[in-house]
Amino acid sequence: MADLAVAILLATLAAGTPLVLAALGELVTERTGVLNLGVEGMMLVGAATGFAAAAETHSMLAAAVAGSLAGAALAALFAFVTLVCRASQVASGLALTILGIGLSALIGAGYTGVALPADIGALPAWLGTVPGLGPVLATIEPFTALSISLAVGVWWFLARTRSGLIVRAVGDAPHSAVAAGYRVGAIRCAAVLFGGAMAGLAGVYLSVIYTPVWVENMTAGRGWIAIALVVFASWSPLRVLAGAYLFGGITILQFHLQGAGLGLPTQVFSMLPYLATIAVLVVVSSAAVRTRLKAPASLGGPLGGER
Amino acid sequence: MPFTLERRPAPSPVARLAAPLLAVAMTLAGGSVLFAALGHAPLAALHAFLIAPLGDLYGLGELCSKAAPIMLCATGVAIGFRAGVWNIGAEGQLILGAIASGVVALQFGASGSPLVLPAMFLAGALGGMAWAAIPAILKVRFNASEILVTLMLTYVAGLFLSALVYGPLRSPTGFNWPESSAFAAAARLPRLVPGTRLNIGFPIALVVAAAAWFFVARTHLAFRMQVGALAPRAARYAGFSRSRAIWAAMLIGGATAGLAGTIEIAGTIGKLREVVSPGYGYAAIIVAFIGRLHPVGIVLGSLLMALLYLGGENAKVALGIPAAATGIFQGLLLFSLLVSDSLVSWRVRWRSPAPSAREVADRG
Repeated sequence: MADLAVAILLATLAAGTPLVLAALGELVTERTGVLNLGVEGMMLVGAATGFAAAAETHSMLAAAVAGSLAGAALAALFAFVTLVCRASQVASGLALTILGIGLSALIGAGYTGVALPADIGALPAWLGTVPGLGPVLATIEPFTALSISLAVGVWWFLARTRSGLIVRAVGDAPHSAVAAGYRVGAIRCAAVLFGGAMAGLAGVYLSVIYTPVWVENMTAGRGWIAIALVVFASWSPLRVLAGAYLFGGITILQFHLQGAGLGLPTQVFSMLPYLATIAVLVVVSSAAVRTRLKAPASLGGPLGGER
Repeated sequence: MPFTLERRPAPSPVARLAAPLLAVAMTLAGGSVLFAALGHAPLAALHAFLIAPLGDLYGLGELCSKAAPIMLCATGVAIGFRAGVWNIGAEGQLILGAIASGVVALQFGASGSPLVLPAMFLAGALGGMAWAAIPAILKVRFNASEILVTLMLTYVAGLFLSALVYGPLRSPTGFNWPESSAFAAAARLPRLVPGTRLNIGFPIALVVAAAAWFFVARTHLAFRMQVGALAPRAARYAGFSRSRAIWAAMLIGGATAGLAGTIEIAGTIGKLREVVSPGYGYAAIIVAFIGRLHPVGIVLGSLLMALLYLGGENAKVALGIPAAATGIFQGLLLFSLLVSDSLVSWRVRWRSPAPSAREVADRG
């Protein structure tokens, strides 16, 4: 029984991990005042590129680097269109998602049905001998450990460092940040690139470790759920963890309910994460005043900075 | 950066006309680069996507058949965008319209009643409206983002359709394929041109686009909806209800998308199956933008988008490129348009290494 509980807990952490990674990236992006709705597209391109790299090199590191770079490359396009050309962020984000769906299909075309080596996610042996770290990594997946450390790191960066303060200032008061001599455009661009790399990494985890196969459109809305999670977490990195594992739990619950049967079609259970996202949005948004106070003040608006 | 953008005193009329052409050129160039980078001959890909599909009468019929559902969805979506309501779930509303009218068609069975098609259209519009009513009420009552809610509901709609065609609606004689029985002849849209699959769905979509033009240009409701988007404070001062604008925008979008679903299954497909749309509802978002939210632009944009879908299918057969690669052109087109649009109201000014005294004086 205890074993089952542990298994469910670990499965929940694994299912939540891509959401943690993608949502953290989007959170930092939004904290500088930029709303990038292209997470789903960047995740997909990261997943396809990472899978292709893993299949060609059999190296997890190469897959992670390739996937993150691919996500960041798409994000660079978004940054150019919204920050330099000052186009609508909502429209550009949608364009990015549509582009990403098509591009990932083309990149992944030769890799449907390809199998990866079973030990691709295995860590170098010396990591297991590090005191303290070894036992942890023997239990939870390295990517999950990485995502939790990143959440703590992002929290520490935003809340405790001078650079983090500047990032928050850019999002909350871009004009003041310009007046104080900060390069708002460059800081926003860096945040958008970070968001893209994180979304790409989330995609790599999905296609190389979690599934591990390449299927067109395999993210199945996780990019959008990650955007909703940022609102749910009211732009706090540690609350992103809580939200992501809530959704991870719902995903796992859905599998177990499907197994249990209950006489309902499996599709009804597959709807659960999407319905839960809507429910969460309703609950969070109806506390509108509190949510709006926490939201970066210049979010989604035209660029006030770099002139 | 070596250059900066300055707001033009007035939008440039030359740039306004040139922007769509520039966008198409940028899309073709960007698409060629991407195809070349991924090992496909760019000219062959462009030919397969854009020229080969239009070689004969059948191809032209297919073009118009595909344009019809996109046009319907885009018409509704554009009315929403004008009101500042981001309904990006037309795909889900299309699916619900298809389900509702499909159930009606299957209920009538082989009776051959002349009422079946009108009943299907009514059911399709109501199905789409019902699905759009959910984000409307959640937006009005709880201020939940309609972007995320309409998107999530699109995934739910797809799963709902899948559950139906694997379950209660599965054809008893269909060798266990996840699809319904074929509709009776009375539940199919009449064809217009022999030798093609072109049906009356296309003229219906044109009529709806014309009606949308009348609605936007001539009615007070549309005016109030637009003021609410462009000048929220003025709208509030004038007593224009924001809630009513959201409801109207969502319900109109739902109705047109639902009709698109009806046309797709009663015209082209002829039954319910697991996938009834290759993403027409998403393409409609791009069409709304490239058509500048104007019905004439939307009609032309829908034809262009239909060509890309047709080209995607052709490229799959001819070159082995996945049909989903159509999205590359769609996404690039919207990006290019956004970039070239920014040249309408902004101009590029190259930065000189150091500003001259006169420039400094001008700025001061």
